[in-house]
Amino acid sequence: MSTFVLAAALLFGCDREQRRLREVGPAVQRSGGVVMSPLQPGAPAPRGVPPIDYQGNAYAIGEGYRLFNWFNCVGCHANGGGGMGPALIDADWIYGSEPEQIFSTIVEGRPNGMPSFRGRIADYQVWQLAAYVRAMAGMVPPDAVPGRPEHMSGPPSGVLLPGDAPAREPARHP
Amino acid sequence: MNPAGPHRAGAWAFAALMSGCKNDIAVFMPAGIQARRIESLWWLYFGILVTIFALVLATLLMALIRGGRRAPGEAVGAAADHPLQHPILAPSPAVERRLTWSVALSLALTIVVLFALLWTSFRTGKAIADHGPQPELVIQITGRRWWWQIRYQDLTASHIVETANELHLPVGRPIRLELTSADVIHSFWVPRLHGKRDLIPGTVATSVIQADEPGTYLGQCAEFCGLQHAHMGIMVIAEPQQTFQAWLTAQRLAAPEPTTDMQRRGRDVFLTGPCVMCHSIGGTIAGAQSGPNLTHFASRQTLAAGTLPNTRGHLAGWILDPQQIKPGVSMPPNPMPSDDLHALLAYLETLR
Repeated sequence: MSTFVLAAALLFGCDREQRRLREVGPAVQRSGGVVMSPLQPGAPAPRGVPPIDYQGNAYAIGEGYRLFNWFNCVGCHANGGGGMGPALIDADWIYGSEPEQIFSTIVEGRPNGMPSFRGRIADYQVWQLAAYVRAMAGMVPPDAVPGRPEHMSGPPSGVLLPGDAPAREPARHP
Repeated sequence: MNPAGPHRAGAWAFAALMSGCKNDIAVFMPAGIQARRIESLWWLYFGILVTIFALVLATLLMALIRGGRRAPGEAVGAAADHPLQHPILAPSPAVERRLTWSVALSLALTIVVLFALLWTSFRTGKAIADHGPQPELVIQITGRRWWWQIRYQDLTASHIVETANELHLPVGRPIRLELTSADVIHSFWVPRLHGKRDLIPGTVATSVIQADEPGTYLGQCAEFCGLQHAHMGIMVIAEPQQTFQAWLTAQRLAAPEPTTDMQRRGRDVFLTGPCVMCHSIGGTIAGAQSGPNLTHFASRQTLAAGTLPNTRGHLAGWILDPQQIKPGVSMPPNPMPSDDLHALLAYLETLR
């Protein structure tokens, strides 16, 4: 009995740890957006919500962190604290905080500065970004957030000598 | 102590034993001064240690044979009476003196040999690191998961050349490498040119290498760096000065303008699709730095850090589903209509 309980407890963490390196099916399409209204003519199309739980997966959140830097989200939102763009770590959400709403914000763009990434980012990567954005705001299960980032975030300050070329993760505009 | 001549036959025999190894990564066929020094050291160690091993085995064999036919005067009976009175454990003063001398001599010899080996190793290390005046050509190599970013430094900013996974060098000239990493620890190793050098994030390691013979030498990441560590190869092409200079001058140019409609459409696919999020092509608006620079992509011989030959079919497979070829790599799958794909391939092939 105790063995069974232990095994069940161990299995509990499996979804969090799963690394889907090769997404297949619609997830790899370049995004056309998500369905925001349940009302549709004819038979309802399946909603664009992924069948996979990106919010509860440590790898997805870690990948979201990497893409957040690679795609220069930090250029406007800084590391969540906001700058030219709104802060992402607070409780204010101009266009909604649900994963689908964040997905939509990234894909469609928003007035006054948020660019549209339609056609530029595969759907699963947008979901990973949405998971990371929600993780910054503390809106994903706390046990899913990786304790440290999957990727190096650049050299610790003070290590480089003057004249040494810094080898940071680049964050330039695409 | 240049063992190149007499040891060449031995090297070939050894290479034949390691039949899986290709010549362009053979440690025993150095093509540069550093690799030659390392090879000399290797053969010196090999010779001394094999001699010692043979001596130890010979001594052991001798002891076995002599112990077998014991002289009649020695105390066989006493040994039978009580184990503690065996001649080994309670030897006569003469035997004890002899044993003491043997052990002391062996100990002294061991210490001397170890220090001598240490000294030769230090000397080799110093000779490799001590490279005289500062070379003028400086190349910055950044290890990334899982490819090599290569940047030819120049005081004129527009002359800086950035490429990936293919290092061109002029023959017979020392070159200064500045090695660093953007993520985890990698190690730069081209066995025919030099020893391993670790790439540590946050610091810059410098190393000077020189290729003495023109040719193509393969290198490999030598520090486990994740899922695709085995697919992190680098190709070093050493060529005569004029050829190298011509290559470098060509690399400084922006990408050529596409000439056919197909190629123009391919460029649009590149610039409006996901490619532009990570790659850059000189002369276009594509300027992202996360993936390899593709300005002269078609002039490179391999794809994905030595994983595949750079042919149209391999490239198409790589673009459509890189995760099938190199699982875990940062490039996402890019399904697209087939005419878009053909246009994109046609455009990428113009990037010579």
